[in-house]
Amino acid sequence: MEADYAIIGGSIVGLSIAWGLLKRGRRVLVLDGDDGSFRASRGNFGLVWVQGKGLKQPAYARWTQKSAAAWADFSAELGESTGYNLALQQAGGYDFYFDEESLEQRVAEFETLKKELGGDYPFEVLRHNELKREEPNIGPRVAGAILHHQDGHLNPLRLLKSLADDVRRMGGTVKCGVPVKRISKRDLFEIEAEDGTIYAAPKFVLSAGLGAMDLGPQLGFSAPIRPQRGQVLITEKLPKMMNRPSGIIRQVDEGSVQIGDSKEEVGLDDRVTLETASAIAARAVAVYPDLAKAKLVRSWGALRIMSPDGFPIYQESSTTPGAFLVTCHSGITLAAAHARYLPAWLDGSDQAPNLEVFSEQRFAIS
Amino acid sequence: MTEVDLVIVGAGPAGMSAAVTAAEIGLSVLLLDEQPAAGGQIYRNVAKADETRGDILGKDYTYGLELVTAMRSASITHVTDATVWKIGEDGTVAYSVNGKASLVQGRKVILATGALERPVPIPGWTLPGVMTAGAAQILLKQSGLVAERAVICGSGPLIYLIAQQMIRAGKPPLAIIETQTKSDLLNAMRHLPHALRGWRYLMKGAKLLSEIKRAGVMRVTGAENLEIEGDTEVRAIAFTHRGQTTRIQCNLVLLHQGVVPNTQATRSLRLEHAWSSAQRCFHPITNEWGLSSLETVYVAGDGAGIGGAKAAEQAGAISALHVAFALGFITKADRDKRAAPILRLQSAELALRPFLDRAYPPSDQVLKPADDTVICRCEEVTAGDIRAYARLGCTGPNQAKAFGRSGMGPCQGRYCGLTVTELLSQETGTTPDAVGSYHIRPPLKPITLGELATLEQTLTDETKGLI
Amino acid sequence: MNNASPFHNISPSDDLVTVTFDGIEYILPDGANLAASLLEAGLRYFRNTPVSGAPRGPFCMMGACYDCLVEIDGETRQACMTEVTSGLKIERAHRDKGLEND
Ligand SMILES: Cc1cc2nc3c(=O)[nH]c(=O)nc-3n(C[C@H](O)[C@H](O)[C@H](O)COP(=O)(O)OP(=O)(O)OC[C@H]3O[C@@H](n4cnc5c(N)ncnc54)[C@H](O)[C@@H]3O)c2cc1C
Ligand code: FES
Repeated sequence: MEADYAIIGGSIVGLSIAWGLLKRGRRVLVLDGDDGSFRASRGNFGLVWVQGKGLKQPAYARWTQKSAAAWADFSAELGESTGYNLALQQAGGYDFYFDEESLEQRVAEFETLKKELGGDYPFEVLRHNELKREEPNIGPRVAGAILHHQDGHLNPLRLLKSLADDVRRMGGTVKCGVPVKRISKRDLFEIEAEDGTIYAAPKFVLSAGLGAMDLGPQLGFSAPIRPQRGQVLITEKLPKMMNRPSGIIRQVDEGSVQIGDSKEEVGLDDRVTLETASAIAARAVAVYPDLAKAKLVRSWGALRIMSPDGFPIYQESSTTPGAFLVTCHSGITLAAAHARYLPAWLDGSDQAPNLEVFSEQRFAIS
Repeated sequence: MTEVDLVIVGAGPAGMSAAVTAAEIGLSVLLLDEQPAAGGQIYRNVAKADETRGDILGKDYTYGLELVTAMRSASITHVTDATVWKIGEDGTVAYSVNGKASLVQGRKVILATGALERPVPIPGWTLPGVMTAGAAQILLKQSGLVAERAVICGSGPLIYLIAQQMIRAGKPPLAIIETQTKSDLLNAMRHLPHALRGWRYLMKGAKLLSEIKRAGVMRVTGAENLEIEGDTEVRAIAFTHRGQTTRIQCNLVLLHQGVVPNTQATRSLRLEHAWSSAQRCFHPITNEWGLSSLETVYVAGDGAGIGGAKAAEQAGAISALHVAFALGFITKADRDKRAAPILRLQSAELALRPFLDRAYPPSDQVLKPADDTVICRCEEVTAGDIRAYARLGCTGPNQAKAFGRSGMGPCQGRYCGLTVTELLSQETGTTPDAVGSYHIRPPLKPITLGELATLEQTLTDETKGLI
Repeated sequence: MNNASPFHNISPSDDLVTVTFDGIEYILPDGANLAASLLEAGLRYFRNTPVSGAPRGPFCMMGACYDCLVEIDGETRQACMTEVTSGLKIERAHRDKGLEND
């Protein structure tokens, strides 16, 4: 099979890129791991989230905003061709606070970023009573919230399914259950799967999530990423009880309430622990006391793909040009940008966004 | 946190005998079960059942009383109504009683959580009035209820037992519609010489069948294309037999396609599992003592592989002996001496299994459900959906779950897991072992967020204490 | 509604209490299994599915299938794992979904 690009890793990041490349008329081959691989794309929180991103790196805030702004159109296009409703809602989102002091502190940080962004950072502060008007089920312990109008959420599993569907529909080849073990460069890139099959393509994108830790160095990437565990709880389906999502609680379109999520440095361990699960449950019940009676039906731990500063890495290999490393934490939020803008960068087109700040060089110790 | 030598989850034959054996040796034992009384599924409510019930259910049921009594006399803490919802690799067990969560630390844990009935995805199996044959039996044992105007369908010896009990209670089933065929029986015959060691059971089976015949209950084998009819509840069941379609009006349909290990707890601990092609199900891998791939955890009874009540009872004792040895209560020689006679009995007990597995295989219809049949009862996902996800690149159940929500509902995949594995195995042309199964994570049973939240205090207090 | 019970009780109890199910009073044996007692009282359908609103009733009677879910005091519970006590106010779980479909 002839492909212009081989894409290693067929979850949200890989498939978003494949989708965008197909739209540009490129032929793609996507190679994905097996059922048990670590997949942040299956365990994430489904937020399309702007607030708090890039506080110390306005370029990341801008890239996030650019993606958030592209989302409505991207989701409509995906929905139209696949028939799936991604349940995208971008009517703002909250960050809750139990005490005034931390709220004020955050507001100050947001003001600074807002200035750097030329004012494009639409947020407001809701004190308890104002918040109660928006969210009648909020509990008495909540002092207030920041409502950021560029935030939203969607159904991430339906996004994954739509992309898997649409990439195939547009003629992309997707092979699942073929973990890649080696990549080498002759005339073409030769990609060897665990079963010994070799796939070849002139260009390739490494978007294998945590899989890039092993594969990256084979092509001269440093791929300085690490896993960071997030535990998530999910309740039975409940009648509608919240209007907007927050960074830690949201009600999904099917009715369940999703509660997250911890940030734990525990290596490649995606287990659920009582300490963390009970702590995030307690926090959720403090925000929405009615949740105390809701049944928890599932929980899971998922591993975030973190770079040292938390921002994405977009890097073309300096030793073997034509090889690209794409990895990020907020793959749902950034999916629209990855589908709409990143392919031009991979193609080396003049319309490509300037992604220099996201190169691996920023981690080089000088 | 309370600490005990041994935590046992499940108070069926395996759990009870493990508890008795361990306690006699001097171990402190905490036995947890979500039912209000000891007995498990087989001896459900045996301590309270009156004589009428005892007569209908027979000696094999009332035998359970001995076990329950033995357990009472020993120094065992049996917590009833205790739902275990998280088990840690280190032996911590979280459980809830009446909405209150507690933690216990066991030096060892024996999982004796038994079996589930195999899912029976056929058209109409979600209608009110369709139950498992096991459910009908539980209703009889626990509540004295006998189904009236019921049809029993499927495959497996349990069908004859429940039919006989209904006959004795004066409410014979309208019909017994079996899916196994004559050729299944012929295939099974080659296991017969070995099976003769289990002659008591063969005799019992023959007796059941003759009782059913004498009662004049209609019985069909080799039935195909079962379909339960009704819009808001069961009205009838239809099936074909030698090309002829028959329809029977009825109130209740009792389904059965054999039982399979309940692997929720063992999966949640990420123990190693293997696929049994003879029983068409997964089971945790255990050694002859029931020790799993994790040093702290043993699996005894049907949860480790289907062997029946007596074999489970023996397995419980054997695991308990190994625990006692591992914790230094008895010597190796003592352990082996005590175990030898039990092991001998157990091997005789298991002699009939290969014959039964062959004679009563799950039907093709449930292993390869039609596209429009619901296979995930909770999220209402069909077999056709799963096949479509396979075409979208799902090589295993976890991606299929992400795509279509099968296994995400409150039953957490108990009644769709095996079907999804079978379907994906057929679609991708790989073995069920390679396809794998759902990842199971806590809570093993839904609990309220409030319950979980209250543990936070306990946990932080204890951690503080440690520092 | 068809209230003819498809079950016969071979050892009925006479220690009875009153509960309500969707507002209707039922006299059930005290301390008995709730799912069994409701079945005996002629009820078949205990809940609607939150997906399509389809009616469901007890299937496994051993706490595994969750098709016997009912709502008691704002909490969904498995009827087959609950004991009858005097004054229980029971409602069909997800009945709102059922109504949408009627
Ligand atoms: C708890 C949590 C909450 C999150 N919440 C949000 C959120 O609200 N909003 C948001 O925007 N983002 C969120 N994220 C991040 C988002 O889920 C990830 O950014 C995104 O899924 C990453 O996608 P990926 O394809 O790079 O990696 P993954 O989804 O991890 O997938 C990696 C893929 O690579 C394949 N692979 C790995 N190794 C190999 C190999 N050797 N050969 C072939 N294939 C291989 C795997 O099989 C897999 O399919 C969250 C993440 C977590 C963990
Ligand atoms: S009937 Fe299956 S859980 Fe109650």
